[in-house]
Amino acid sequence: MTNNKKVKQIDRRIIFLLIFIGVALPLLITIGFKIEVTENVQKAYDLVNSLPPNTKVLISFDYDPASKPELHPMAKAVVKHCLERDYQIICTALWPMGVRMCSDTFESLEKDFPNKKYGIDFVNLGYKVGGKITIQKMGRDFRSVFPTDTGGINIDEMPIMDGVTDFSDLGFVFSFSAGDPGIKDWVMIAHDTYSVLTSGGTTGVSAPAMLPYVNEQGQLTGLLGALKAAAEYELLIDSPGSATNGMDAQSIAHLIIIIFIVIGNVNFYKNRKKNRERG
Amino acid sequence: MELFYSRLGVWIGVLFTFAIFSFLYKDNPFYKVAEQIFIGLSAAFWVVITIYDTLIPNLFKPLSENFGGNIILLIPAFLGVLMLIRIIPKLEWLSRFPIALLIGTTAGISFLRYLKSDVLNQLTATMLNPFAASDWISMIGEILLIVGTICGVLYFYFSKKHEGALGTSAKIGIYFLMVSFGAAFGYTVMGRISLLIGRLQFLMGDWLNLIAH
Repeated sequence: MTNNKKVKQIDRRIIFLLIFIGVALPLLITIGFKIEVTENVQKAYDLVNSLPPNTKVLISFDYDPASKPELHPMAKAVVKHCLERDYQIICTALWPMGVRMCSDTFESLEKDFPNKKYGIDFVNLGYKVGGKITIQKMGRDFRSVFPTDTGGINIDEMPIMDGVTDFSDLGFVFSFSAGDPGIKDWVMIAHDTYSVLTSGGTTGVSAPAMLPYVNEQGQLTGLLGALKAAAEYELLIDSPGSATNGMDAQSIAHLIIIIFIVIGNVNFYKNRKKNRERG
Repeated sequence: MELFYSRLGVWIGVLFTFAIFSFLYKDNPFYKVAEQIFIGLSAAFWVVITIYDTLIPNLFKPLSENFGGNIILLIPAFLGVLMLIRIIPKLEWLSRFPIALLIGTTAGISFLRYLKSDVLNQLTATMLNPFAASDWISMIGEILLIVGTICGVLYFYFSKKHEGALGTSAKIGIYFLMVSFGAAFGYTVMGRISLLIGRLQFLMGDWLNLIAH
């Protein structure tokens, strides 16, 4: 029986190799699978697209380099959309490395928006420890949590912060979240306590846990889940980027995994049938 | 010089990527070295972040600027010191006081938030009239939502044996749970593949310049 099992098991390294090839080749040779926009991404896009110019919005970078491949493309796409809409973007981070993720996002968009000025059109307020407690305090008194930006400049000296005292002065809150603290804390405090429209993007692992918050109560207005959602957002703003480029690879890799799941299940049923016949 | 450091950073990233990926073949010294360096760097990073982003702005700076006005900060500072006392076995028991305070306040704050967001709002979101939906696809979706929620909750009702109507509902509930586990697995696979795509875009783009980046 043990020998029989060994014969039927595929060496996991062969699976790794096939996945590697399945991901690498489509990155080199574009296939161009069609990308369909899903309802949750459309809702998030509609929210970002719905406000008048000069609205102040808050974007929180709650992730670090470990989740960068999943969350950075969607962060770039949403920030680009906000800049195109002439919103004033206030950035915060509930994760220490979120500060760097934010500055990297704006640096990568610098060429597309040469007229956007730091302190007027966007600001990086940096990282604050505390998760929920920090958000709660921001809802009551924004300035006590972030008296200065990451460079130590007093926020009173920045035109973008004029009139921002609490969450009621924001059009919406958007969190790019890799876990805890993150988007759930924004839902609990920003939306459920202070009634600010809240949306965001999460990693693939976190997305199923956050999907129930996209509901009739509007706890989340849409949700971007993993790289696929980033590609959909890039399609909506007509700006293909790294997410769009990765979609062929994603589809091929999924196809390989599905084939192996089918092979595994067929083998399982065959073995079970044989064992039953043997009694 | 800036370009040199930029390329050096890319090469270091490449070497560590290969060192970590080598584990897929089998455990080896390159993987172990990369893993240990990562752990060491992470620990050091968190120490620096805690000092510069938590202790200095929230404790040392306010106390140095206005000691009398911020004297209350000495209480959390003292509790923090008690936490660190855990490393002295004889005085370990003192750390229970700040831990008790932390657990108590966290539980108190979280209780109301979770009750509102995860219970009341989630329940309200399932109280729908599916027959008022705008189209038949939405109607089916809302019926599935209501049936799935009720049957899923009934599956976790253990005060009565799962037989008869309760048994059937619980069985339907477990099918819904299976579907949700499948969806969660699918999302996890998608997430992991996205990470591999990110790494390969780095290798083929930033390092080899084979693709646009």
